[in-house]
Amino acid sequence: MAVNRRDFLKLAGAGVGSLVLAAGHNQPASAEFSPDEARRHPAMLYDTTLCVGCRACQNACRNWNETTQELNADGLYDMPEDLSGDTWTIIKLYEDETAEDPDAIGNFSFIKRNCMHCLDPACVSACTVGAMQKSPEGPVIYDANRCFGCRYCMVACPYDVPRYQWGSTTPLVQKCTFCSGYVQPEGVVDGKNRLAQGMGPACVEACPTGALSWGPREEILEKAHTRVKAAPGKYYEDRVYGEHEAGGTLQLVLSHVPFAKLGLPTLGPQPLPSLTDPLNWAVPGIILGVGGLMSAIYVTRSHAEHKGEED
Amino acid sequence: MATTTTTMKSSKQTTLPVGSIILWIILLIGVAAAIVRYSQGLGSTNLADSRPWGLWIAFDVMAGVALAAGGFTLAAVVYIFRMKRFYPLIRPTLLTAYIGYLLAAGSILFDLGRPDRFYHPFFYWNHHSVMFEIAWSVILYLSILTIENSQLVLEKYQLKGMLRIVRKITIPVVIVGIIISTAHQSSLGGLFVLMPSQTHPLWYTPILPVLFYISAIAVGLAMVIVESTLSSSAFNHHVETRLLSEIGSWLPMMLGLYLLVNLGNLAFSGKLGLIFEGSLASFMYLAEIIIGVVLPLILLSMASIRNDRTLLFRSALLVVFGVILNRFNVLVWGQNGAFYAPNWVEFAVTAGLISLGILLYIFAVKNLPVFTDHAPEPEPLPEEAALPAAG
Ligand code: SF4
Ligand code: SF4
Repeated sequence: MAVNRRDFLKLAGAGVGSLVLAAGHNQPASAEFSPDEARRHPAMLYDTTLCVGCRACQNACRNWNETTQELNADGLYDMPEDLSGDTWTIIKLYEDETAEDPDAIGNFSFIKRNCMHCLDPACVSACTVGAMQKSPEGPVIYDANRCFGCRYCMVACPYDVPRYQWGSTTPLVQKCTFCSGYVQPEGVVDGKNRLAQGMGPACVEACPTGALSWGPREEILEKAHTRVKAAPGKYYEDRVYGEHEAGGTLQLVLSHVPFAKLGLPTLGPQPLPSLTDPLNWAVPGIILGVGGLMSAIYVTRSHAEHKGEED
Repeated sequence: MATTTTTMKSSKQTTLPVGSIILWIILLIGVAAAIVRYSQGLGSTNLADSRPWGLWIAFDVMAGVALAAGGFTLAAVVYIFRMKRFYPLIRPTLLTAYIGYLLAAGSILFDLGRPDRFYHPFFYWNHHSVMFEIAWSVILYLSILTIENSQLVLEKYQLKGMLRIVRKITIPVVIVGIIISTAHQSSLGGLFVLMPSQTHPLWYTPILPVLFYISAIAVGLAMVIVESTLSSSAFNHHVETRLLSEIGSWLPMMLGLYLLVNLGNLAFSGKLGLIFEGSLASFMYLAEIIIGVVLPLILLSMASIRNDRTLLFRSALLVVFGVILNRFNVLVWGQNGAFYAPNWVEFAVTAGLISLGILLYIFAVKNLPVFTDHAPEPEPLPEEAALPAAG
């Protein structure tokens, strides 16, 4: 990213000063893609009102990506409780136990969780070694050969998505890739890239009810808004989650209960990397500011010192 | 080398073997924990998906690097601000900083999921990443500290040619060290600027880097007091109270500045009310501010306390406690996620690293000319002779 001259002059002010300045200097998106490109990136819509909680998507993900089952105590049932190094998408159930009738439609909902594939992802900005990447096609992918396991991506993701293989001595970070392939220790696993083969993600294909739809983000957003318009009041706040959250995501959610109850955080429209990018731009300012200040003090003080000695 | 011999004699007589034995035992337990960690992976710790960072990052890295800030701060005082009276303190302080950074870097090798790939930041660059900047800064600053501390070895073995070169470049090296320290001490706070929705509002602020920087300078100075007091009694090495209490007199300024920026920022963003909301977070925040900032600020404003070695030492300890608590608050308790307490592997590795650090310090003090004021005549500043033209 180019630092323009105005920014540079601003930042070159002085040491701590430049730091303060940079911290309060929130520029808009540092998106790697123009909004135009992002419109055509593939997106997925999940609609809580159509989901019956059959978990076909969850198992399809498991099968396609060959992740390990998380069996329950008697070993008869694959029952993960949350996303994990082995579970990249999961159907969870929200139920308002306190409600008079917890089974009433407004008091419970399923929610499918997986990587949101942010347009300007915090994990990609955070990753020390650039292992988390925004692929040219849109999905956020992971280069297992670069990752050295600092886990900043896990801490940084506002949706709490990346998970670690804690039990391994050569662990990897794991998450949904929208079935767009990923670099594995053995090299690029092309066979796992469904998008390159003209297919959608395995979960979308498996969904029997149409709760998942797939297509260019622009079209998917339009579809979502059409559903909302067709049934006013059916959806929570008549809003598509992911349209604007932290700069927008490729995973979009329509829900009939408040998003926060489904574990989806309330986020502003600002892409998160735009918060920390100024800090790195401040480095030239620190070098010039602190370096200049220290040199000036040194010269003045040692000058005074020598004068004092001469007197 | 009259200096060295005097130091060696006096220190050998006074170091208690009991202390060393305890340190070795703790170190051995740490080695056992290290074997568990490397043979079983990070699953042997209490770290989990709900808590990817814990004790090692909060204490060993975050707090450790802050506590080692005395190195660049005192180097600025002595070499840049030319307060030569502090020269007797500079060598032990730079040595502590060096050991501190080595331990922080060492603990990263425990925390990284793939320690065998520790060198990856050199080959794979992500200039958007604050962590990338920190990784580079820490390595660069370690190199600076290596140059600064190399004098100890060069002097001991009388490698005059090398010594002359190192002394000649002292000032530029010190300035580069200050620049790098400014960058990464603040960037450690910058890591959390990326996480507005996960970090508790009492600690989340875009100016967290500024707060980290100011508190690092404060705790760096406090550590000079703490560590000089401890080593002067352990090694029977005299440090003038006047010097330490003068450093103590700067602390209220730094603490006051910190308080002003911190509270001012909370007030500015309308979050002052959160302090008194009665939650665990508000309690932790109050503990950090009252015990670690307000109390030492008041105590050290009083000359009678500053001039009393014991009280000065205790007040400085409060600052150290406050900064450690602050880093834990920002990194662990102020973050969303499940309850976390470190397990024995994490504690044992941390304790082992601290013991290793103390043992290294003792070894260096016994074998190298660390305490220079044992010299019959006070030494001139190293660069004096080499850089007459500078004035
Ligand atoms: S949801 Fe999290 S892991 Fe997925 S792209 Fe966004 S920041 Fe990265
Ligand atoms: S754990 Fe791996 S992918 Fe995540 S930030 Fe660190 S190096 Fe990047």
